[in-house]
Amino acid sequence: MASPTPSSSISAVAESKSIALKAEKVSVYYGSNLAVKDVYLDIPEHEIVAFIGPSGCGKSTILRCFNRMNDLIPIAKVEGRILFDGEEISGKRVDPVELRRRVGMVFQKPNPFPKSIYDNITFGAKINGYQGDYDELVERSLRGAALWDEVKDKLKESGLGLSGGQQQRLCIARAIAIEPEVILMDEPCSALDPISTIKVEELMHDLKSKYTIVIVTHNMQQASRVSDRTAFFNAIATDKGGKMGYLVEYDKTEAIFSNPKEEYTRDYVSGRFG
Amino acid sequence: MTADVTGDIAPGSWNPKRDRAKMVQIIVKIIFGAFAAISIFTTIGILGTLIFETIAFFQEVSIIRFLTETRWTPLFASKQFGIFVLISATVMIAVISVLVALPLGLLSAVCLSEYATPRVRKILKPILEILAGVPTVVYGYFALLTVTPFLQTFLPNLQGFNALSAGLVLGVMITPLVASLSEDALYSVPRSLKDGAYALGATKRETVVSVILPAAVSGIVSSLILAISRAVGETMIVTLAAGANPTLGFNPFVPVMTMTAFIVQITAGDAPHGTTAYKTLFAVGMTLFLMTFALNIFSFWFVRRFREKYD
Repeated sequence: MASPTPSSSISAVAESKSIALKAEKVSVYYGSNLAVKDVYLDIPEHEIVAFIGPSGCGKSTILRCFNRMNDLIPIAKVEGRILFDGEEISGKRVDPVELRRRVGMVFQKPNPFPKSIYDNITFGAKINGYQGDYDELVERSLRGAALWDEVKDKLKESGLGLSGGQQQRLCIARAIAIEPEVILMDEPCSALDPISTIKVEELMHDLKSKYTIVIVTHNMQQASRVSDRTAFFNAIATDKGGKMGYLVEYDKTEAIFSNPKEEYTRDYVSGRFG
Repeated sequence: MTADVTGDIAPGSWNPKRDRAKMVQIIVKIIFGAFAAISIFTTIGILGTLIFETIAFFQEVSIIRFLTETRWTPLFASKQFGIFVLISATVMIAVISVLVALPLGLLSAVCLSEYATPRVRKILKPILEILAGVPTVVYGYFALLTVTPFLQTFLPNLQGFNALSAGLVLGVMITPLVASLSEDALYSVPRSLKDGAYALGATKRETVVSVILPAAVSGIVSSLILAISRAVGETMIVTLAAGANPTLGFNPFVPVMTMTAFIVQITAGDAPHGTTAYKTLFAVGMTLFLMTFALNIFSFWFVRRFREKYD
């Protein structure tokens, strides 16, 4: 199975939308293992793009390229070009610390700091030298993450005391407190119950007007519910016994789910494998 | 085929013979219990002796004298039993050693767990462990014969026996303990927490200072308290390097006598069995025990109070 040609994936964003993130022939290696090969992808501003695909297909790995989290893994190596607002962000000359202020991330497992709810929100602002009013920032961020009403009376309590769903929304609040342009979400609902999941999904709809969102999800219903575009990744076994991921198809979400061009996509979204 | 073979035997008709196994189980339980009991009885025995002899001591010397007198002269004709003379020396040396071991140990731990490449780590860790394996008597001689003469080159009023070099060398001795236990605490901070900080645009230093160290604080404090207990109870270095001159106060330049050094002096044969001086030994031992016991209780409480639970 060959990787898709550049033209097929770029054509997914044909309209004159401005592109927030762009991947050009991106490959990621872990040591000598090629984990994801030759991904071309355009992510337009103020849209929600979902990455779906079976385990080991490299969807999280590609997500982590957009805020250079792979830099923290010593054996990981990223090839190709990644552009953010038209500027190259891969390579040694770009400071990942500054990039991550503009490209926020929410993780699979809620990971609030063992600090108060208030300090969880102000942490990012403090280290980035925020000059404004911190009380206002905390309220604005918590309102933005639809958490304010639940926690406004216990801002000094530990963030670890919240329920899983509340913790995850706290992490979203923490991410939007530093006013990023993009929010990357790595399976943000996989550790949450259905009600909390719905809350986070509704939140994503609200956040779309301000932020570009990229979400990795195992849940195809979730991808179809929340996203404007969907990228389907697949994995093939390599000679070394590992798995190599590649981008199969990238299109508007309704096209991926109702009329996919590739047979693999059709099989996956109809639940025949994965 | 198989159906025929099993078909002849009714279910449940095969009774396993497990009497021997059950008996062995009971015997093993008794043996293990006996060994566990030995360590418990030993502790009770030591504690009992300490308490018994301490009570005997306080029948001869009032607890008021013990706590308020300002000189420690149990072997002189004019006996005085001011325990704070010994406690002040012990505390002073322990404080000096912690002032050395806390920065050295904690910074090595941060360096090892967060900054060092695997190669550097492979070299640094064994060196720290060698430091922990040096016999304390060697440290004592090092303090007396190397550190003190060196310090005297720029601290001319430093005496030959003094609390300063004993404390400094003791600090080096407990550094590996602080470093190793603190590193464990830092290492157990979940990866996801560090990722969370980095994803907010934190640098490595900001992540270490604002997230990793606070998250590991309970482990770091308990490592420190363990190190203090070790410093308070350490004997050889202070006996060799700090002198045997009971002095009340916190002057690190003069010879002092710690509680442990006093115990060495008495057990080396100065006091016959049953005398007041002999009983003094147990009163001092009891004080020492109470100090380390209080530290351990505090550490226990602190860890329970401040440990963060991640699932």
